[in-house]
Amino acid sequence: MDRFEWSDGNTIPGESFVLKQSGVAIYDGQDKTSFENGSLILTTHKLVWKDNKDKSYVLALPLSLVVYIEEQPSGFARSAKIVVHLSPAPSNKPSGPATYSAYSYIRLSFRESGEREFHQQFTEQLHSKKWEQSIPDAGPTLGQGARHRAGIMGIERSLKQRQKDTDQNISVAFQDLSKLIDKEVGGIMTLTDVYCRVNRARGMELLSPEDLLNACEMLEYLNLPVRLRTFDSGVMVLQLKSHSEEEVIDKTMTLVEEKKSVTAEELSQIAGVSVILAKERLLLTEKVGGLCRDETVEGLRFYPNMFLNRPD
Amino acid sequence: MHREMEDFSWPWQYQFPPFFTIQPNSDTRKKQLEAWCALVLSYLKQKKSHSVDVTEIQNSPLFNNKEINRKLPPDGVYAVFEELQKKGHLEWKDQKTRKQCLIMWRTPEEWGKMIYDWITSKSMTNTVCTLYELSNGDDSEGQEFHGLEKWLLLRALQTLEQQGKAEIINFDGNEGVKFF
Repeated sequence: MDRFEWSDGNTIPGESFVLKQSGVAIYDGQDKTSFENGSLILTTHKLVWKDNKDKSYVLALPLSLVVYIEEQPSGFARSAKIVVHLSPAPSNKPSGPATYSAYSYIRLSFRESGEREFHQQFTEQLHSKKWEQSIPDAGPTLGQGARHRAGIMGIERSLKQRQKDTDQNISVAFQDLSKLIDKEVGGIMTLTDVYCRVNRARGMELLSPEDLLNACEMLEYLNLPVRLRTFDSGVMVLQLKSHSEEEVIDKTMTLVEEKKSVTAEELSQIAGVSVILAKERLLLTEKVGGLCRDETVEGLRFYPNMFLNRPD
Repeated sequence: MHREMEDFSWPWQYQFPPFFTIQPNSDTRKKQLEAWCALVLSYLKQKKSHSVDVTEIQNSPLFNNKEINRKLPPDGVYAVFEELQKKGHLEWKDQKTRKQCLIMWRTPEEWGKMIYDWITSKSMTNTVCTLYELSNGDDSEGQEFHGLEKWLLLRALQTLEQQGKAEIINFDGNEGVKFF
């Protein structure tokens, strides 16, 4: 709650109203707040909450502080919520309802529904980043990258404090995943495997494939040492940043030379990776001219590329 | 019939299974097709034949290595033939159906040059001879163009005509050629 500031609710030049939803309560991370009964307004620049009873109670949150948002669908006696992950408040932030928060995320509870639409519009505004186009006034002056990196540190800190918190956010799941991928030979995992493991770790409130993909597209932005990658075949993987393609190609070529020729199944056994990944390695090495193929009814086999790498 | 192929030396690619799969990598494919073109030409040169039936040749040892149980598929054969056509070694007898073709392991230009060089070396310029004499006479015995099929000989001489080095004539009812 320390990222909010008291506001008059007015827009600045260049800012426009997007959406309003009544019946929204704010949670500070896991904790309830006194901001239970109000309307939530989305503009191109900020999130505004207006108390229904006392109209002078108006809070504003600049969209520039939002790192990432997720949806929590409604459940039994539980309203749908949007979880908003935030970077830390800048030092020159105007006064607000709190100066410190144990959490680096807030939750917006939609008690009169409307969560879906709000999430959609919210996401769009986060993409458009219209606030960056206006002349910066007394706004935060931290560099974008620094803010977001700090945001993740904030999340890590608050999560260390809340080990038993079942509301795990994606970046933590990905920290675990980096360790998993490291163990996985070659530092690479297909997105299907990632999906299974992340959801297994979550237990409840599973990620949809779309959620996972959106999260993966944020990886570089969140400065995590994992990258999303799509092969020509369409197979998508998460790969450790340190993973070297050249190394894989050299290794693959050496293996194939030793065996004279291999199929994807044979390589998966030798290299200790899944058949899908073994196939990708072979295709990649073929693409750069290291291997050539022998295609018959018996299957697909790869040989060292004698056409290019042997004097005629 | 196959005796002339007994001492034919197959290139290393012929024993290499990937040779019989058209390669997706373009650099690799280029080298592969080059090797196929060279093989086709030397194979037909050994056989001294120009006339090719696609179905027949697909099933011949040229594209079908029984030892390693590999056969170049039809689209592969056509890819090789397209390359040969581009290089001027192949002509379809039936452009639409593409079942019969002529493969000139030496182009008409190459033949023309060979003949003209020989004529010059024999100081036979400014002489006239019949086509038959040229290809089948005692003089040309031992020359590579000896026994050359008439249609190809004519093509060869036509290229020389274009260069002003010869003229195809008709004398005493015989087809002949004058060299300049």
